[in-house]
Amino acid sequence: MATRWKHTENLVAYVNARLLDPATGLNAKGALLTEGEAIADFGPKLFADGVPADVPVIDCKGMCLAPGLVDMRVQVREPGEEHKGTLASSGRAATSGGVTSMVCLPNTHPVIDDMSVLEFIARRARLLGLAKVYCYGAITKGLAGKELAEMGLLAESGAVGFTDGEKSVTDAQVMRRALLYSSTFPMLLIQHAEEPNLAGSGVMNAGETATRMGLGGIPREAEIIMIERDIRLVEMTGGRLHFAHVSTGESVAVIARAKERGLAITCDTAPPYFALNEMEVGDYRTFAKLSPPLRSEDDRKAIVEGLKSGVIDVIASDHAPQDEDSKRLPFSQAAFGGIGLETLLAVTLGLVHNGDMKLLDALRLITSAPADVLGLPAGRLKKGAAADLVIFDPDRVWKVEAATLLSKSKNSPFDERPVQGRVLRTVVDGRTVFELDS
Amino acid sequence: MSTPHINGLFPHRHLLAIEGLTSQEITLLLDVAEGYVEQNRQADKKKSLLRGRTIINLFFEASTRTRTSFELAGKRLGGDVINMTVATSSVKKGETLIDTAMTLNAMHPDVLIVRHQDSGAVKLLSEKVNCAVINAGDGTHAHPTQALLDALTIRRRKGRLAGLIVAICGDILHSRVARSNIELLTTMGAEVRLVAPKTLIPSAVERMGAKVFHSMKEGIADCDIVMMLRLQTERMQGGFFPSVREYFHFFGLDYEKLAAAKPDALIMHPGPMNRGVEIDSLVADDYGRSVIREQVEMGVAVRMACLDLLTRNLANSELKNL
Repeated sequence: MATRWKHTENLVAYVNARLLDPATGLNAKGALLTEGEAIADFGPKLFADGVPADVPVIDCKGMCLAPGLVDMRVQVREPGEEHKGTLASSGRAATSGGVTSMVCLPNTHPVIDDMSVLEFIARRARLLGLAKVYCYGAITKGLAGKELAEMGLLAESGAVGFTDGEKSVTDAQVMRRALLYSSTFPMLLIQHAEEPNLAGSGVMNAGETATRMGLGGIPREAEIIMIERDIRLVEMTGGRLHFAHVSTGESVAVIARAKERGLAITCDTAPPYFALNEMEVGDYRTFAKLSPPLRSEDDRKAIVEGLKSGVIDVIASDHAPQDEDSKRLPFSQAAFGGIGLETLLAVTLGLVHNGDMKLLDALRLITSAPADVLGLPAGRLKKGAAADLVIFDPDRVWKVEAATLLSKSKNSPFDERPVQGRVLRTVVDGRTVFELDS
Repeated sequence: MSTPHINGLFPHRHLLAIEGLTSQEITLLLDVAEGYVEQNRQADKKKSLLRGRTIINLFFEASTRTRTSFELAGKRLGGDVINMTVATSSVKKGETLIDTAMTLNAMHPDVLIVRHQDSGAVKLLSEKVNCAVINAGDGTHAHPTQALLDALTIRRRKGRLAGLIVAICGDILHSRVARSNIELLTTMGAEVRLVAPKTLIPSAVERMGAKVFHSMKEGIADCDIVMMLRLQTERMQGGFFPSVREYFHFFGLDYEKLAAAKPDALIMHPGPMNRGVEIDSLVADDYGRSVIREQVEMGVAVRMACLDLLTRNLANSELKNL
């Protein structure tokens, strides 16, 4: 065996692992070998006769070894709002959460509607060498919803998709043209589906809780109507559209019907929408003020069903850092959004611990599934592919505590909650970039 | 009214909403307030119960009657009352609510009486101070002393609350008064009806235990109390109804619509009234049936009762720092 690798100084052996590869269904005890930045080999029989003496060994102690997570919805806040989060702080938060590739929204200052901003972020992220950072470009210039941004040029510079971030493209004519134009190349558009007039000045899900608390409500229909409209536009134009963070049961039903008709539509949801409901807002807890808002328990259950049935393709963290000054305010004045990079794996594994999904199926939603939607070379155990890996204990219980999170902003909707599933080590391009308790 | 045996029967540090109060606690507050009604009608209205106590009226939203009512309540109990309004405060200079709370807290007030335009803001502030906090109205959430003074007015006239039919009419959507009244009246066993066009009814409000009507005549049929609400045009973003003329035609209280109620039904309004918008002037001024002025009188007594009961729970010396 030892003769297969000529230069052992570049090798690292991960032994005694439970190998998990959602893309191929691999779930077996075994080992994995990296050579430099790439995966050289892996499998149940690798190193069955022992590891060559001069190869460094990492003992996984029976824990899970899987492809690093791919998070397709992250706000890093750099450039422009570095007091809330930076590429460095998001990178550390990502790797401590097992995320090795993340895609950031274009709602930075300046907006990613110009190649120079995209290249700035790519260069900064490369120098940091933490999680790999990909960018979405803006659909419209300045996210203003009026004129198309230079999508073709941005795509050539590396934009992996296009979105106006936390804003919907609300003008139907603009959305129609964006879908038409993007399908020329073709490129993926991502929509935050919310009809802004219907959402109005609402700050939480419309319903009994909002009424009791005297808070303006955002009806579920604000999301559903925008999804229904966009499905018509996709049908009209032949574009490819992905709906971000769907939060209602009816959204899932509408998307399921569109998929049955063969339209190029995909969607994701975020952990709060399958793990929490609107009751979290009780006592005016601003960490639970999210966009879209946390919905009813019926909606939460329907989102779980959507994940089980496969209508929802991906789970993304929807990481949205907000500093204390943006959250320690009366509820209606506080900013929307919650951080999620560090809890993505554990809350997703909650689906497994609750008996809703099998481990590989849940893991697929945060590894190969988002990579497939975006066409990224990530999320798989594959010989020759980048050695982006996560080692985790699926059962270890820990408590989400603001003080111990690495994200610069601490606004986790899961603050103070016990979760199950802990990242032990994260590897990017063959280098260990995070180790628990190190 | 400083009978010692009621100590411990009202174990609350703050009064932030009606939600969370038991029917016994509400009854106690009303009973204590009854005594203050009599005291307020005497020539010597002053007590020394709150001597040495500092009360700050902190109003982030314009108010004349509620602020004056609290100010009188505090002074008649012998406390020192300071009024702070938003126009003269540093809030306008960008200070946050929490900074303001910390600053005032450092001056060792005993009671903060707070009104704020955002729902939940008074609760947020109460978490940052050592003193007692009374909610004088937060956004569209709660206005507990208004509900208590309404209850006192009704109880004095009708002798009870349980079993009465109370119709709350008008802008329910934007009304903290309506929410607190629904909470209080249903807790006390009254039947609560809400009457308004669908655009002014908050979603799922029937889950709070009230029945919803969209016709005045049906809604106030056989009711004991007709409680009119002020149209809060300042909170209205966008058109909730086509015109004042049309609104008054369908939902304004006049004698014709009032005929559906019981002959001895009382008319209430939390004020300030928009005459000719939600209530006809003649009805509002009908001394036989309108108790609108009595509500104002009860307001002072109820607020004295709240100050009385909450300050009994305060330590006589410095509370531990948060």
